[in-house]
Amino acid sequence: MQWGSPTEFWAMGGYGLYVWTSFGATALCMVWEVLAVWRRHASAAAGSRDMS
Amino acid sequence: MSFLGINWFKYSSPQAFHPLAGRMIPWFSAAALALIGIGLYFGFFIAPTDFQQGDAYRIIFVHVPAAWMSMFLYVIMAAWAGLGLGLNARPSFMMAQAIAPTGAMFTFLALLTGAMWGKPTWGAWWVWDARLTSELILLFQYIGIILLRTSIDDLRRADRASAVFALVGVVNVPIIYFSVRWWNTLHQGASVSMTASPKMAATMVTAMLVMTLGFWMYSFAVTLARVRCVIAERERQPSWGKNSSIQEVAEAR
Repeated sequence: MQWGSPTEFWAMGGYGLYVWTSFGATALCMVWEVLAVWRRHASAAAGSRDMS
Repeated sequence: MSFLGINWFKYSSPQAFHPLAGRMIPWFSAAALALIGIGLYFGFFIAPTDFQQGDAYRIIFVHVPAAWMSMFLYVIMAAWAGLGLGLNARPSFMMAQAIAPTGAMFTFLALLTGAMWGKPTWGAWWVWDARLTSELILLFQYIGIILLRTSIDDLRRADRASAVFALVGVVNVPIIYFSVRWWNTLHQGASVSMTASPKMAATMVTAMLVMTLGFWMYSFAVTLARVRCVIAERERQPSWGKNSSIQEVAEAR
């Protein structure tokens, strides 16, 4: 463990902006994709119930 | 064909595959969450600061897994597409269709995190070197495949056309992978390879590989969930033999 304090951790040795943008964007994309598939599933399931 | 006492052909029909995929999704999701959690812990708390790049190198823990997934998923998508063309199998085309958006997302993330890493280490968000350019072309291929499908109304034609596009584009994957060897690129060479020992500390490699495994599990879960949507959406369309007229089938497509 190389972090003395939470502030040090968030600063990432001065590269915080780049590191957290990368991880944040990745997390956002993944969460967004899961939600999009979820919604698509809900509407597809609703649609096939209408048919039968 | 029976292997492990399971009749695998049973699952080649969308009707049988749909519930099987549904049962597998929770397991893959749980594995993805656990592995990404462990990977992040290793990446941020166990792996040491790099002596050259400082903490900016930690972007590697999302950049490399995303870039690998962008290439893996393309090859898998093309393999399903090829299988679909060869066997004229609808489920194979559905798998190819379900993989494309996830592949496109990882390609986008590889480029974005690469820019985030390039700025502090190279001093530029973007350079037109072989690795970056070929990866950008991969993103255009994914987008092209998705748009080609949506632009053709006839499902079977859309399946075949996007499958041919996917297969032809596979040539770009080895170009991306070997670009750092074939050309003199600003992008660094492979950090991990099958033949040489890794050029990083063991904890860094561990974190990167665990994250990659987590991204694999995520990809399995999300593409299986999407293929279920695709199956349900296609079943909704009136098909031949279910008391539907030519008019109805034509309108649905």
